[in-house]
Amino acid sequence: MSIMTEAEAKTILAKVIKLSTADECTAQLTGSIEGNIRFALNNVSTSGVVSNIDLAVTVAFGRRVGTATINEFSDSALARVVKRAEELAKLAPENPEFVPAVEATTYKPSDTFSAATAAITPDQRAEVARASIAPCRAQNLVAAGFLQDEQSFVAFANSKGAFGYQRATQMDYTCTVRTADGKGSGWVARNLQDSSAFKPASDIEIAMRKASASAEAQALEPGKYTVILEPNAASGLISFMFNYFDARQADEGRSFLSKKGGGNKLGEQVFDPRVTFMADPWDKELPVFPWDEQGRPRERMPLVENGKIANLLYSPYWAQKQGKKVTGRPGNIVMSGGTKSTADLVRETERGILVTRTWYIRMVDPQTVLLTGLTRDGTFYIENGQLKHPVKNFRFNESPVIMLNNIDDLGRPVRVSEGGRMQMMIPAMRLRDFTFTSLSDAV
Amino acid sequence: MDRRQFLAACGIGAGGVLLPGFGRAIAAEQLVESLDVAVKKRLADAAMSAAKAAGASYCDVRVGRYLRQFIQTREANVQGVTNTESSGVGVRVIAGGAWGFAATNSLSAEAVADTARLAVAIAKANAKNQTAPVQLAPTKGVGEVKWATPLRRNGMEVSLQEKVDLLMRVNGAALKAGANFVNSSLFLINEQKYFASTDGSYIDQDVHRIWSPFTVTAVDKATGKFRSREGLSAPMGMGYEYLDPQAKDKTLSPNGIISYGRSYDMVEDAQAAAVQAREKLTAKSVKPGRYDLVLDPNHLGLTIHESIGHPLELDRVLGYEANYAGTSFATLDKRAAHFKYGSDLVNIMADKLQPGSLGAVGFDDEGVKTKQWPLIQDGKLVDYQATRDQAHILGKTESDGCSYADSWSTVQFQRMPNVSLQPGKTPLSLNDMIAGVEDGIYILGRGSFSIDQQRYNAQFGGTLFYEIKNGKITQPLEDVAYQMRTPEFWNACSAICDERDYRLFGSFFDGKGQPSQVSAVSHGSSTTRFNGINVINTARSLG
Repeated sequence: MSIMTEAEAKTILAKVIKLSTADECTAQLTGSIEGNIRFALNNVSTSGVVSNIDLAVTVAFGRRVGTATINEFSDSALARVVKRAEELAKLAPENPEFVPAVEATTYKPSDTFSAATAAITPDQRAEVARASIAPCRAQNLVAAGFLQDEQSFVAFANSKGAFGYQRATQMDYTCTVRTADGKGSGWVARNLQDSSAFKPASDIEIAMRKASASAEAQALEPGKYTVILEPNAASGLISFMFNYFDARQADEGRSFLSKKGGGNKLGEQVFDPRVTFMADPWDKELPVFPWDEQGRPRERMPLVENGKIANLLYSPYWAQKQGKKVTGRPGNIVMSGGTKSTADLVRETERGILVTRTWYIRMVDPQTVLLTGLTRDGTFYIENGQLKHPVKNFRFNESPVIMLNNIDDLGRPVRVSEGGRMQMMIPAMRLRDFTFTSLSDAV
Repeated sequence: MDRRQFLAACGIGAGGVLLPGFGRAIAAEQLVESLDVAVKKRLADAAMSAAKAAGASYCDVRVGRYLRQFIQTREANVQGVTNTESSGVGVRVIAGGAWGFAATNSLSAEAVADTARLAVAIAKANAKNQTAPVQLAPTKGVGEVKWATPLRRNGMEVSLQEKVDLLMRVNGAALKAGANFVNSSLFLINEQKYFASTDGSYIDQDVHRIWSPFTVTAVDKATGKFRSREGLSAPMGMGYEYLDPQAKDKTLSPNGIISYGRSYDMVEDAQAAAVQAREKLTAKSVKPGRYDLVLDPNHLGLTIHESIGHPLELDRVLGYEANYAGTSFATLDKRAAHFKYGSDLVNIMADKLQPGSLGAVGFDDEGVKTKQWPLIQDGKLVDYQATRDQAHILGKTESDGCSYADSWSTVQFQRMPNVSLQPGKTPLSLNDMIAGVEDGIYILGRGSFSIDQQRYNAQFGGTLFYEIKNGKITQPLEDVAYQMRTPEFWNACSAICDERDYRLFGSFFDGKGQPSQVSAVSHGSSTTRFNGINVINTARSLG
């Protein structure tokens, strides 16, 4: 019952809207079934399934807003939740930043659902754990991993006639493989909408290879190096930067996109001309819902185009205040790149360092988006197009803004696992003068 | 309902229908209700009977009601008020030597019994691939007992109007003192937890926590520079009395910075923050190099958390967290070898007892009576943090009481207790400590933090930085971060102020596990000196 059909959802939402006497009413149903399995030390540790469904009702009387939620759907329960939201709205203070609900519109559906992912069974999860653990056991390696799969739906409607319904699926697999003596460690991550493309047997080999190859790492002096960041290594830094694309923050002077003397950097060249970030709900490999959390329709739009800031993100209130068009907040970011694989980039590198994973990234200075973090689970020295030897992990202090001005080459974008708030496709990238500030003994 | 209850659910600032996190939105007046203990006992008994009948050798039941209130403001606006409730029952069993867990949000005896049977079925399925059976350290049943956070004023009973008025005064003080922007918040948490087990315990606990953070921002439009200053409060295991400031709880540094202990003057701190945020815009950029650091408890707590608290979690040490939080450099062989973790001055105690701390409870989430025990003695590693099924690995006959789950719906596992640096044994005040430093930096408040997956290499920023020259604080500094290797850093500890300066730092949302769970934990210390620590300059230019 956690996943409703469109007709079931529509019936409930229509009843809610009809029950409300407020100036405006918006109702949203969200439901999900999440399954997971966790393993460590070559044994399954926990597994489970969690189902959930909720109805949220928001009403407005003028600028007074109230929200109530419920997880029962009988007629009396629906009447109760609407009454509750209306009582709350009548007692609320006026919200000076109130913006009316979205007008009725037609949302162009995006292909966010895959039947195979929705059909994953506990036995299949157990099989993924087995397929991860067995080859590691056989080679005296130690696996620790996590598989999480989810199917969900969102349906919403408002008193202006807007209605949306869509289902989605996603699976996320990560596995860390360590050598038995603890001297080597490798990692693999796979984020997919359609689990039928998931091949744990070949993925685990990536982590196993990195674990074995990263043992007996040599220390290099910290400093500025040419680096190749694998997509999952780059995404951790880049996703942080998009927290600062909010137009209000930039206009208020507290973002790297604020301009000296006031205003923001919309239209300015901030990155290397090869840098383009596109938000696109209908992207073939990374589709997301065609509306945002407030039901506003999303659009295909560049945030950065050829290195220039093409769009900032406006809340409805700030857009209204600044006389800008309101668009839905993006749900994904697709970075442009080329066709090369990480291996191709390595082959074309005279000297450099391959970083396969970054870890514990935190903001040091929001003024410049300076971030610190570490490399982990396989860092290698490259010489004349070959991985020469593993190197000890580094701490870096680097800004993605500076990093994306030091591009040497970009590879093929892929879906990444750790994209932060937004789903991301990021290419592997070769960068000049990446700043490592100290060595870490951690494996 | 009346006007006073106007904020009785989320949505003041919400233009859409975003669901609040954590649970179901409820009315403010429901935050003070609790479940009848007799009902909870009946549910627990139903679960335990069903589990035993299905073949469980052990069963514990947690009937939980988790309440949260979150108020957010910016400048003169209340952006949102969220009250949430999440209630349900989690049942954990051992069957066939393996753990099984299941949970339900239904509070009927039938649903709870079904859930117990499901937990047994999961345990039996897990048992097929189990290499060694679960070994539980013995815990004596305690019968029917109660424990509650000692409160003078239950925050859930304080009117929303009073809370909003306080935050508006905070914001007003900051703006009046020169801030361009201010965001302030108030978090209140109440965990009503009923634990029962087949060992014969029925434990009813009422746990309260409070946190009141703010951020003040100053902008210099002409240069495009902006700087923020966070509040110097600590989240606490206390009631609303924490926000009733008492003069005796304040500490004054030689340059007039006020730090807070068991109570907090949020308005005063916001006013100071506005002045200091503006000072930061023109403060001297630090020259990189080695300095003696004088670290305030409200800063040092996070360093203790990351570089001692986490590496001594036994599940991490053993490899259970390898895929997410990581492992630990502090392996079991190091305990056997009395590894020199820090200088002789460094004594670290773990506890779940300190009054006012976030970790304080009467019993942990597997019914173990809480206690205090040493982790590091005279600089040497002596112990870890363990749960009932881990105690035997350390050769112990009892659990340390470190089990915690963040909800009735999540399975309990090993979480960090309070981990605190003991005050210096010889009298030493903050002023005396600073007077003894030739070339140093005084750091207060939390800043950015990052540490590797085995807890060796860390980098910490802070909120406020001051240059110390020849025993005197001379001027504010900016762009400061220090980098450290854990054992070298703790072995560079050269002085600790005495117990007069002892205060608690807190971490309200510490993440661990997959799926991730949060926990709250305090770290006590007095101001402490570390010699010759590597400081880097974090200023960059975007051209």
